[in-house]
Amino acid sequence: MADVMHAEESSTAKGVRKALPESVFAWLLVGPAMIFIAVIVAWPLAETIRLSFMEAGLGGETFVGLANYEELVESRKFHQTIVRTFYWMFLSVALKLVLGLIGATLLNAAIPGRALFRVLVMPPWVIPIAIGCIGWLWLYNGYFGVLSGVMMHLGITDAPFEFLAHKQSAFYSAIVTDVWVGVPMVTLFFLAAMQGVSRDLYEAAWVDGAGRWYRFRRITIPQIMPVIVSMSLLSAIFTFNSFEIIWILTEGGPRGATTTLIVDTYKTAIGNYKFGEGSARAVIIVLLLGLFSLAYLFFLNKVNKKYGVK
Amino acid sequence: MMDRYTKLQMVGIYVCIAVFLTFILLPFFEMFMASLRPLEHLFRSPYQFWSDDFSFDAYKQMWVTVPLLGRYIFNSIYISFMVTGLTMIFVVPAAYAYARLQFPFKNLSLGLFLGVNMFTGAVLLIPLYRVLRTMGLLNTYWAMIVPGVAFLIPTGIWLLRSYLEKIPRELEEAAFVDGASRLYTLRRVVLPLAVPGLIVVGVAVFIGAYAQQFLFAITFNQTRELQPLPAGLYEFIGYQSVTWNEMMAAALVGVLPVMVIFLFLQKYLVAGLTAGAVKE
Repeated sequence: MADVMHAEESSTAKGVRKALPESVFAWLLVGPAMIFIAVIVAWPLAETIRLSFMEAGLGGETFVGLANYEELVESRKFHQTIVRTFYWMFLSVALKLVLGLIGATLLNAAIPGRALFRVLVMPPWVIPIAIGCIGWLWLYNGYFGVLSGVMMHLGITDAPFEFLAHKQSAFYSAIVTDVWVGVPMVTLFFLAAMQGVSRDLYEAAWVDGAGRWYRFRRITIPQIMPVIVSMSLLSAIFTFNSFEIIWILTEGGPRGATTTLIVDTYKTAIGNYKFGEGSARAVIIVLLLGLFSLAYLFFLNKVNKKYGVK
Repeated sequence: MMDRYTKLQMVGIYVCIAVFLTFILLPFFEMFMASLRPLEHLFRSPYQFWSDDFSFDAYKQMWVTVPLLGRYIFNSIYISFMVTGLTMIFVVPAAYAYARLQFPFKNLSLGLFLGVNMFTGAVLLIPLYRVLRTMGLLNTYWAMIVPGVAFLIPTGIWLLRSYLEKIPRELEEAAFVDGASRLYTLRRVVLPLAVPGLIVVGVAVFIGAYAQQFLFAITFNQTRELQPLPAGLYEFIGYQSVTWNEMMAAALVGVLPVMVIFLFLQKYLVAGLTAGAVKE
C-alpha cells in the first residue's frame, strides 16, 4: 500500500504529461489483458452462474430456479465431499509448507554442492503434472511398484499392496503426490525469501551468542513471514483446485474416497453431461474459495501489520 | 565463522538433503528403471530390484509403437512457447501500468486479475468449450493456447509488477524530462532494465504452460497430430496391452528438451526471485 502512496506523490510531483493523460495511457496498457480475461474467464464464469439455474444437458436447457442448489444442500454425499476437500487442502498445504520450509533451510545452508541440490529439487515442478503422475501410478502399483516391493521384502505385507485400491491409502497416496508436485515451488520461493534476509541481522544475533535454532526462529521465520503467508494462500487455492493429479491416479475413487469438489464437478458436468448440476457445483467452489481468500487476506493484513511490512 | 558447521552437523545436513531429494527424485528413478525392464518382466512376482536383462530397447521401440511421438514432444514445447509469448505481450504493459501509473480502479482491477487465480480451467470447462467453439478454435493449437494464456496472465502481472517496482524511478524521469514519450520510455528505458525480471516471469509462465496442458488438450482438441506429450502418452495404453516400459521411456525422453532449457535458465530464476524478495 505504501508503494502506491509513494507512486502517487512522485508522479504528481514530476508533473504529468499533457499529451496523453496518465489514466488513459494506463488503461491502454491494461485494457488488452482485461479484455482477454473478460472473454476467456469472466464470460464463461457468467455462463456458469446462468447454467447453475438450469436443468441443462446435451438436449437443451430449462429454467429450474434453485433446484440444483437445493439438491446439493440436502445431499449428505455432497457435504462429505466438501469436508473431504477442506481436509485434503489443509493437510496437503500444511505438508507443502513444512517440507518447503525444511527444504529451503537445507538448500540455504552454506555447504558444498548446494547449487546442484537446488537444481535437483526442481523437476517435479518443471515437468507436466500428468507425466509426474504416471511415475507415481507406477510407484503405487502393487505388482511392479518399488514401494510395495520394499514392503514385501521387509515382511510388512505378504501380498502385493495396491496403494490406490483402498479408500484410506488412496486418499493419502494422492496427498503425497500432490505434495510432491507442490513442494518444489514452495521451496524455491522460501529459499528466495531467505536469501533476501539481511546478513547483518544474523551477524548481530550471532555476536550476541544466539544459536542456530534461535536465529531461525527469531530472525528467519519473522523475516520471511509475508512470503510464507502469501505462499500458503496461493498453495491453498492450487490444492483446492487440484484436478489432474486425482483424476490420473484414481478418477476420484475408490468409492469416492478421493472425490474432491473439483473432481465431483468435472464428473457431473463432463462425465455425466449434467451441465446444470455441474455448474451449481462450480459456483459453490468459487464461493467457498472466495470466502476463504477474503478471510485469509484479512489475516494477511494483520500479519503484515504485526511484522511491519509495507 | 557464523556459517561454519561441525562435522556432525554437516553429516546431518547431507543426510536430510539426501532424504528430501529421494522423495523428489524417486518417481523419476522408478520411471527410468521401468523403462529398462522388458515388458514380460514387469509382471514378475515377487518384486525384483534388479534383473539381468535390462535393456534400452524401449527407447528404440517407442518411436515405432507411437509414430507421432516426436510430433507430440514438439507440440508440447510449441504450445508452451506460444502461450509464453502471448502471455508476455499482455503482461508487460499491464504490469508496467500497475507498477508505475495512477489510474481509476487501479486496485479494484488488480484485485479482479488476481481473483482469476481462484479458477482453474476445470471449473469453467463447459462454457469455455462453447466460447472456443463459437470462435472456431476447437481442434486447433489455439484451443490449447488461448485458455492457457488467460489463466497465466494474472500470475505474470503479479510477478512482473513487483519486479518493475524495484527499478529506480529516476531513469524514467530523466528520459521523461528529456521529452521522451511514455511509450518510448517504456520501450527504451524500462524494458531493457527489466530483462532479468522478464526472464524470470517468462520462465515461470513457460513452466506453468508446460505443466498444465493436459486438461485443455483432452477436452478441446481431438486432432491427434496436435496433441501435446501428456495426452499423447496415453496412446501407449493399447487395446490389448500397455507397453509400460515404452511409455516410461517416452515420458523421460519427452521432457528432456525442456529440462535442458530449464537447466540453462534456472540460475536466472532463483536469482530473479531472490531479487524480487529483497526488501528496500
